[in-house]
Amino acid sequence: MGELKLMKGNEVIAEAAIRCGCDGYFGYPITPQSEVMETLMNNRPWETTGMVVLQAESETASVNMLYGGAATGKRVMTSSSSPGISLMTEGLSYLAGAELPCLILNVQRGGPGLGTIQPSQADYFQCVKGGGHGDYKLIVLAPSSVQEMHDFVELGFDLAFKYRNPAMILSDGAIGQMMEKVELAPQKARWTDEEIQEISGSWATTGKTKDRKQNVVTSLELDSEQMEQNNLKFQAKYQEIQKNEVRYEAIDCEDADYIFVAYGSSARICQKSMQIAREKGYKVGILRPITLFPFPTEQIAALADKVKGFLTVELNAGQMVEDVRLSVNGKKPVEHFGRMGGIIPSPSEVVTALEQKVIGG
Amino acid sequence: MAEITEALKNIIKPENIVSQKSSVLTNQTMHYCPGCSHGVIHKIIAEVINEMEIQEDTIGVAPVGCSVFAYNYIDIDWQEAAHGRAPALGTAINRLNPDKFVFTYQGDGDLAAIGTAETLHAVNRGENMVMVFVNNGIYGMTGGQMAPTTMQGQVTATTPYGRNIDLHGYPLKITEMLAQLPGACYVTRQSVETPAAVRKTKKAIRKAFENTKKKQGTSFVEVVSTCNSGWKMSPEASNNWMRDNMFPFYPIGDIKDGEKVNANDLPNVGK
Repeated sequence: MGELKLMKGNEVIAEAAIRCGCDGYFGYPITPQSEVMETLMNNRPWETTGMVVLQAESETASVNMLYGGAATGKRVMTSSSSPGISLMTEGLSYLAGAELPCLILNVQRGGPGLGTIQPSQADYFQCVKGGGHGDYKLIVLAPSSVQEMHDFVELGFDLAFKYRNPAMILSDGAIGQMMEKVELAPQKARWTDEEIQEISGSWATTGKTKDRKQNVVTSLELDSEQMEQNNLKFQAKYQEIQKNEVRYEAIDCEDADYIFVAYGSSARICQKSMQIAREKGYKVGILRPITLFPFPTEQIAALADKVKGFLTVELNAGQMVEDVRLSVNGKKPVEHFGRMGGIIPSPSEVVTALEQKVIGG
Repeated sequence: MAEITEALKNIIKPENIVSQKSSVLTNQTMHYCPGCSHGVIHKIIAEVINEMEIQEDTIGVAPVGCSVFAYNYIDIDWQEAAHGRAPALGTAINRLNPDKFVFTYQGDGDLAAIGTAETLHAVNRGENMVMVFVNNGIYGMTGGQMAPTTMQGQVTATTPYGRNIDLHGYPLKITEMLAQLPGACYVTRQSVETPAAVRKTKKAIRKAFENTKKKQGTSFVEVVSTCNSGWKMSPEASNNWMRDNMFPFYPIGDIKDGEKVNANDLPNVGK
């Protein structure tokens, strides 16, 4: 058993970043995730692991610092919340286009616009479908506990470097702000220059030595034939990710007639809702996507052959429900229940929605 | 002819070479218009990198604009930035790799319009890097639109009746502005329209890279330049127009040459 602590979701991100050997964090304050940078600054990792922590002048700058750092083969990350992620999406498109591995945390709050500082899941489309310009995907991990906030930092970096692609932890204000027991990983060393050469030397801007051609990190290609080839390569990579990296949790789905599909804090609410529903005699299970891209399409499709209907529960007006419907492909009813603007539904509200929209429908 | 060949042989010796292609320049033919200043500035940077023997340790950050393909010509590792964001990239490269030489290469639209915030804050933090600012008063690549540095009355694609200050704002002297910032150690404005000017610019860029070596903070070198295609003038007429119209407003010379402000010289409320 590793070191146990009671920590906030946001604080544990900082702790996990230092412990997994992250090289640099670049960020800009925004509620409800400012504790990430505050914890980093408080821990002064530059004096221990040598990790760089820098408060940038904007989210635009932070995400471009991420680009500069990632392009030298370093493990770099940033964190923000919804309006800040909107500012970063230009940079996310460039990061994806230049195939730069890095980690972005989005502790979602309610929108649109300045919206609210309360929890939300209304950035699903923006983060899972791309968000910025061009055909690209982020690897998107959805934690539903403080422990998963911790674990997904290293997992996010691992996947980012495995596929040379930006990875995002798509969390929300509830998971970021709540305190839970967490088991912390042991401290790992940051990569040495030699390790960086071995892992990323073929493309990273580590300085052009006599024995190799120059490395140029860019997303620009004006030759349309070549640019299409680049896109085909990206798409092949995304298919590979879809094939290899789907992660999900199935809770009591074996005998279920009805399935809640929910991620993050919504999945937490659904656990209680499932209990209430089962007490009422409804056989309900939960399919919790842990990766939102890649989405557990096949797993949901397989359930569609067995169950009577699905209810997606999201803190938004209905976004992931589109992917669930595509997975179910018309075989069974798929309904959506969501609250917006920072409202978190009660477990019994979810059960009522199940009764009215799916069971009674 | 034999005598001439002998005479030439006596002349063609390494010690007599006054100009040659730097080994840090690639063999790629440049895409720049005839008369464009970019080629000369690229050559200067390549020569400085070569003379300081820092090719293996230099990382360039290319902008969006005509010089977006700078990486095709200077044979070092490069990163291509989004429009205006080069100083943010440079910041992270420098912070994470403090032993490298980092420079950004940006035009007036990139550095002084869309990237003003990144420019100002990188200089204000005193990031240990070189910023080369090519100011030709126009957006070259997109077809000659108004830039922040476009002169009053100057005709561009978006100021077809000339830049009107009431409509379009004042020409921005961003270099003077940046010289006020405590993180800048060296701020200078040069040009490359004559051999003498080229030599001075080379000296300035060399000094900027030497400052990086000594970890002095940000060195900022503006090069007032021409865009004969955008200005719709011959290269010679462009040089004359620049001399007559830009130099009085953007005077050539050092604006700041020293050190970044010592933190001990500022009030410190934490003491």
